[in-house]
Amino acid sequence: MPSLSYTSRRELEEHSFSPAVTLLVPVAAIVLQVLLSKLYWRFSMLDLPLIVAIFFAVSRRSPAVGTLTGAAIGLVQDALTGRPIGVNGMAKSVIGYIAASIGVQVDVDSLTTRLVMNFAFSILNSVILFLIGRRLLGVAEIHLQLIPELLRALANTCVAIPVFLLLDTTKRAD
Amino acid sequence: MESFFSRFKNVLVLVAVLLAQTIGLAIQVRRPAEVGAPDGRKVTLLRSWVVAAVTPFERFFHGIGHNVRFGWSNYVDLRDTRQRNQELKDEIARLRLEQAQLAEDALQGHRLQTLLNFQRSYVSSTVAAQVIGTSGTDQSRVLYIDKGANDGLKIDQAVMTPDGIVGKIRAAFPHTAQVLLINDPTSGAGVLLASTRIRAILRGSQGGHVVITNLTPDSRIKPGEKVLTSGGDQIYPRGLSVGTIESIAADPEHQPYTVIQIKPSTNLFQLEEVLVITGTQGDLPLLAQKDLAKGAATAKEMAAAKAAAEEEAAEAAAQSAAQIISEKLPSVHDGEQSATDAPTDAAKAAATTPAVPKPSQTLRPDRYTSGTTPPASSLKPGAEHDATSYSAPSAPVPPTKRAAPQAGPEGDEDGSAPATNPRPSPRQNQPKPENASPDN
Repeated sequence: MPSLSYTSRRELEEHSFSPAVTLLVPVAAIVLQVLLSKLYWRFSMLDLPLIVAIFFAVSRRSPAVGTLTGAAIGLVQDALTGRPIGVNGMAKSVIGYIAASIGVQVDVDSLTTRLVMNFAFSILNSVILFLIGRRLLGVAEIHLQLIPELLRALANTCVAIPVFLLLDTTKRAD
Repeated sequence: MESFFSRFKNVLVLVAVLLAQTIGLAIQVRRPAEVGAPDGRKVTLLRSWVVAAVTPFERFFHGIGHNVRFGWSNYVDLRDTRQRNQELKDEIARLRLEQAQLAEDALQGHRLQTLLNFQRSYVSSTVAAQVIGTSGTDQSRVLYIDKGANDGLKIDQAVMTPDGIVGKIRAAFPHTAQVLLINDPTSGAGVLLASTRIRAILRGSQGGHVVITNLTPDSRIKPGEKVLTSGGDQIYPRGLSVGTIESIAADPEHQPYTVIQIKPSTNLFQLEEVLVITGTQGDLPLLAQKDLAKGAATAKEMAAAKAAAEEEAAEAAAQSAAQIISEKLPSVHDGEQSATDAPTDAAKAAATTPAVPKPSQTLRPDRYTSGTTPPASSLKPGAEHDATSYSAPSAPVPPTKRAAPQAGPEGDEDGSAPATNPRPSPRQNQPKPENASPDN
């Protein structure tokens, strides 16, 4: 019976998106991120692609799809930077996987869950980026600064709530 | 086997994705550096696709913003335009004067460099470009500009603004180029401290600052010192402004080196338009030569005008001095004047110029008083001289009892004024210094 219950809950809350939304929303997030950063450099501390990756992962509740979505968004993000391609891809793959895994078991539609989830994933994203830079790329000058990362996570959380509400309207129940 | 894949499908997908990206990262990091290409061919292709997909949106929104700003600033917000125009004209005039003052030195320096066969590159051609986007993250500080390889842009060309350097072209796509800013952690530039002439390497930091980390502590390096490009990196031409030293602190991680933080001349966080240096040459550009020649000509004109003004002032001063002297000399003055207007001119001269000074009457005559010394002809060798007659009186003596110069010692005693006392000449009336000898 537990497996039946698990399956039932998953089937009830699993959402899908139209191909246009699946394609355009990440692109829009990346373009908006670029434009906002150009408008005011402080906005570069935000990570709209990360928010979108989390949203799609928790909404689809499929870790494999979440991984691939996160990887795709991260790779596109990397392609616009001057860094090696794959840094953000790896970080967002992991986050997509974990977010989708959490989405299977936790009610991710509540506001509190979304707040905690976005804050935690933002911190995790910074930690993974730091580890990749320090361990894989061997960049010794990279440091994980606590206060800026907390502020970044806070800003991302504040932005994520209205973005999630907006993107909720694009959900298509299966 | 099938159940294994279906059961661990999610984990396997994650592992596969991570593994693929790790291998990709390793290939990118270990790839031997090719000349003029920061990325491999496949990576460049991927970047090119993504940039080609994203930049149209950036251009579109940038165009909208640009048009709105253009319309506002050129058609709506025209307040104080006349005043600003006048201010700019004044500034141009001031800059022309400055240019004239510096042109001679610049020409001389250029001649000396030529004599010494000093190799120097001057900016000969630039391409103006507008910033249309950024990387979108603060971990990689790059910009995208609206000019690319089709406009003659190539990798490693320097990018600057009139204020100073900005960065270099990292990747050139057909219609877009990626600019690596100098405050990116992977960026670097050869610089020169302006006053101490110390060479250093500039780098970007994780926080977006521009720092020098390869110098040991030096008491000569002070905050506020200007930093220029040294030209040693073969990217930035020598002498471009980089910024000023903001702070100097010890580097705790790399002792005994210091971290010298630079305040960039250009605001790297708010760039709208940049210049890409597409060409350099060994000689001064034609336009710069013309400017220098113009400045030198202006300097010569200024020098000639200044010399003429000084000459005129000297002539006027000389004329004024001659006039004053001529007015002070009565004989010359009287001889030149006609008899009719002589009284009038004399009155004018008396009113305007002071008379020849004459000593006033002596209230307390002493041995130094003019006319009290007896003439040498009246003195006899070996005769006694009444010293008391020249001593200063203890009480004021009326002018009628003053000693007569020609009367001799006796005249002092009886108090009678000699009738044959001649009027002393102007020379005799002139006051004498107190330490003068009584014999004089």
